[in-house]
Amino acid sequence: MTEPLVRMENIRKHYGRVQALVDANFHVNEREIVGLLGDNGAGKSTLIKVLSGAVPLTSGDIFIRGKKVDFRSTGDAIAHGIETIYQDSALVTQLSIARNLFLGREPIKPPRFLNRMDQEAMNVVARNLLKQVGISKNIPPTTPIGSLSGGERQAVAIARAMHFDSDLIILDEPTNNLGVAETQGVLSFVRSARDSGHSCIFIAHNIHHVFQVVDRIVVMRRGKVVADDIDPKNTSVTEVERIITGMSDEEIRDAIVQGKQSQG
Amino acid sequence: MENSSIIQRSIARPEFGPFVLLVVELAVFWGFNHDFLSPQNISNILAFTVELGLIALAMTLLMTSGEFDLSVGSLFGFSPVLMWTLFNSGLTSLEVGFVVALLVAAFIGLVNGWFVTQLKIPSFLVTLGMLLVVRGTALFVTSGFPQRTWSAEGSWLAEALVGDFFIGPFRIYMSLFWFIAAAIALGYVLTQSRTGNWIQAAGGNPNAARARGVNVSGVKIGLFILSSIMASLAGVISSLRTSAANPNSGTGYELEVIAMVVIGGTALTGGRGTIIGTVLGILILRVMRNGIVLIGVPGLAYNIFIGAIILGMMALHSWLERRHQAGT
Repeated sequence: MTEPLVRMENIRKHYGRVQALVDANFHVNEREIVGLLGDNGAGKSTLIKVLSGAVPLTSGDIFIRGKKVDFRSTGDAIAHGIETIYQDSALVTQLSIARNLFLGREPIKPPRFLNRMDQEAMNVVARNLLKQVGISKNIPPTTPIGSLSGGERQAVAIARAMHFDSDLIILDEPTNNLGVAETQGVLSFVRSARDSGHSCIFIAHNIHHVFQVVDRIVVMRRGKVVADDIDPKNTSVTEVERIITGMSDEEIRDAIVQGKQSQG
Repeated sequence: MENSSIIQRSIARPEFGPFVLLVVELAVFWGFNHDFLSPQNISNILAFTVELGLIALAMTLLMTSGEFDLSVGSLFGFSPVLMWTLFNSGLTSLEVGFVVALLVAAFIGLVNGWFVTQLKIPSFLVTLGMLLVVRGTALFVTSGFPQRTWSAEGSWLAEALVGDFFIGPFRIYMSLFWFIAAAIALGYVLTQSRTGNWIQAAGGNPNAARARGVNVSGVKIGLFILSSIMASLAGVISSLRTSAANPNSGTGYELEVIAMVVIGGTALTGGRGTIIGTVLGILILRVMRNGIVLIGVPGLAYNIFIGAIILGMMALHSWLERRHQAGT
């Protein structure tokens, strides 16, 4: 078996006495879009935060292409090619598109000690990238992010991940608050990211969006990965919903009846 | 067509409002009293303007990163007191005392930054506490009395910081050049350098900046240190120029400095800052203080005008902001 791009083994994470992750095992292969599903509090965000270096893990191991890594900060994860696009928080609204694209990795004009950004180069790259991700409107790269629409902002964030050759792009709720056309735009960027050799983890509450784009679905419940090989082509949405809640139809009905009895 | 777009663009700039206000102010004061623009009066305005201005420049960067510093006024008073106390007691030369004062200021900035970034206490509370600690120290060390200062004559340090000379009829202090140099350097840092991008990102969306690997805490701590050092430098310059080291000097400067910065168009909430605007804001308030006295309004009424300017400029900035958002 070939070594997956990312492998997380027996990941545990406690917040005080709360166990957010209990021996979670998770992997992403090369050129694969994985849909990560689970109810609120199932541990999806914690797993992603651990993988992106935002929070330290309590115990467990992360391997990238078979090599054990130790993420102390988001910078470490970025250096290993893992790019996370958080909902809303990925961009600085006051800064321009170009300045956002290169934030933290601004090209410097020589001589280096002047620490001067190469703004022309940034604008040229930004203009090309905007075309690539399908922003056909003629938006100058000096436009502040604050005056872009939600879909355009997601496009900029995804463009940034693609430009810096991240191996793995993590998208946390990328289709929240987006219109129909914008959602389709984001989904097609995800597909094109895979076609150009990137892997993706796609987290969304809307299962239908997940079904449209992913190769494999992973479901988490109460801090554990309960299913990690669901093929969206041979599985129905209802079946996946059942795995997410962890209950069969009868159990759900029983729970409702019990709730009513205890109230009465 | 090209012309109108240049005009439109300059109107949309945040510095446009303060610029118009400054021009109007100058015209009104000049209209009331032609002596207002006399070389002597201009020299007078500039001498003290640059001292507060140095603090305002550093504060612009700090506020762009989303924090502010209320302890600058107390450092303005404390640093010269420390320098002169060391010198008068014979412990150090004036130059060494100056360096020690700056190092102590840097340390105070570091403590401010550490409390804000590591203990996550709002900068309002941290620097308010520091204001009291520093002012209290200055008062305690001196027992509340001004320090002896008259022996600075002829020292090269005094010459370099506040040496004065005449350009035509204008009496210029060296501090003006320090101010211009600082304005150019910090303007460059904010708009051209990579650090400037980090400063704006730290104030605009610290989580996004952190997620990109920007050391937000480091940037903020650095700017707190810069703010303290500039306040300390301004205090020493002022003390050398006026030959006074009063532990109470600088009281209330923190608010005047913050007012200068926001009038110039820097956002109080962070993310957006402009050095050009701050220079305009500095001039607006200092010209106002000078002009009001010159045209015969009682000096005690000064604060009424300052308050009105702040409210008016805030209203203008928020209106421009909304119009700018709607237009895109």
